[in-house]
Amino acid sequence: MDFINNVAEALPSYLVPLSVTVSATLFGAMFALIVAFSLGLMAGSKITVVRGVARTIIEFFRGTSLVVQLFWFVVVLPQVFEVRFDAVLVVAILALGMNYGAYAAEVVRGSIAGVATGQWEACVALNLSYWQKMRLVIIPQAWPEMIPPLSTLAILLLKGSSLVSLVGLADLTFHAQVLGRRPDQEMLFHLGMILVIYFVLSYLIAAGMRFLERRAKRGIGQEPVATRRPRAKDAVAVG
Amino acid sequence: MGSWNWERASELLPLMLEGLRILLFVTAVASVIALGLGLVVAIVNRSAPRAVTMPLFAVMEFIRNTPVLVQAVFVWTLMLMISGTSASAMWTGALVLGVHYASYTAEAYRAGIDGIPKGQWEAITALSLPKPRAWFAVLLPQALRKSTPALGNYVIALFKEVPILSAIGVAEMVTQVKGYAGIHYGGSLEGFTIAGLIFLVISYPVALLMRKLEKRLAN
Repeated sequence: MDFINNVAEALPSYLVPLSVTVSATLFGAMFALIVAFSLGLMAGSKITVVRGVARTIIEFFRGTSLVVQLFWFVVVLPQVFEVRFDAVLVVAILALGMNYGAYAAEVVRGSIAGVATGQWEACVALNLSYWQKMRLVIIPQAWPEMIPPLSTLAILLLKGSSLVSLVGLADLTFHAQVLGRRPDQEMLFHLGMILVIYFVLSYLIAAGMRFLERRAKRGIGQEPVATRRPRAKDAVAVG
Repeated sequence: MGSWNWERASELLPLMLEGLRILLFVTAVASVIALGLGLVVAIVNRSAPRAVTMPLFAVMEFIRNTPVLVQAVFVWTLMLMISGTSASAMWTGALVLGVHYASYTAEAYRAGIDGIPKGQWEAITALSLPKPRAWFAVLLPQALRKSTPALGNYVIALFKEVPILSAIGVAEMVTQVKGYAGIHYGGSLEGFTIAGLIFLVISYPVALLMRKLEKRLAN
């Protein structure tokens, strides 16, 4: 009974670490989406320099390890610029957003390139400007196609957020390890419990993304086809 | 403090190369597990009764949707409980990464198997080929062709995830840098930069190769 009591007492302390994990994931995903659209549109540009810049950034973040990038952002950058970051969480969110944003940029670029040629020609015929074309015609049609792979990436981002524990942020993973080391606690129990929490969070993300997909399809008059949970084959990134 | 130090870089380089050796070894072992186990799971999912495939699906889904870092620490803690200090972090890490990526490769194999035309299955039935023969002579040669690019991408992804195992003390590159920086109060700029470059130099050409292969196999 002692063990159960000790665990029950420790449980409320998970609230703050849970909020760190959730905000790293949520803000990381928001930033990643901004990065993805900026780099994705740039990578589809006709101007060589713009395309080259985007490709370099994308390949750089896709080619190196997220763990190394996190250490680079959190440990090395403050040294190089001789500043001290008090908000490590913000820096970690930037690293997560850049990494997964680079992967998502490929999704954005691919879906935009996949919009039927007739639609592009119609934009030329109507003499739409670049922004009108993208905002009114192309992106609304590419968006539903992007959602399933972006959903997979969002789940990878959730899993990747556990890496912030390696740079000392007190997220779920960090907290479970600290708590588990206490003599009155059981390490395996705490690790097992956060595994279940991560699993539930990933299902919530998947459900939210399916809702978005249905709405986006209805928005452009497509049948809300029986959507499935995104399959791993859509995934290309790490997590 | 803030600038690049060549002396430290040259001290770090041998450590980094030792770390790279371990990293490549873990990648190789984990890849073999991921590619082998994933194939077994994909075949079992296609040919076993629901009583087997349902729990298997649940386990794979759980592994796929939880962080590999937590899985690694979990299994490592378990290993230490079972075998005490004799447990090897390197083999444990390779096993965890391998099983984690098996949950992804199983899906890549599944996609390849799904892509086999229905007529092939009917032909197998018509010829009443025994199951092993059907898989190895008819189905897998066709499925593997379609799965290869995805499998290659997972091996690259796995390679980049090995530094996560620094959490359980596997002496790959990130662990080496942390160890050096801990003793010398510096060197993280040089160490993490070199680590990043090594990753880029290895994974980018492989990724380009996979993209070429993808294009070629698509036709």
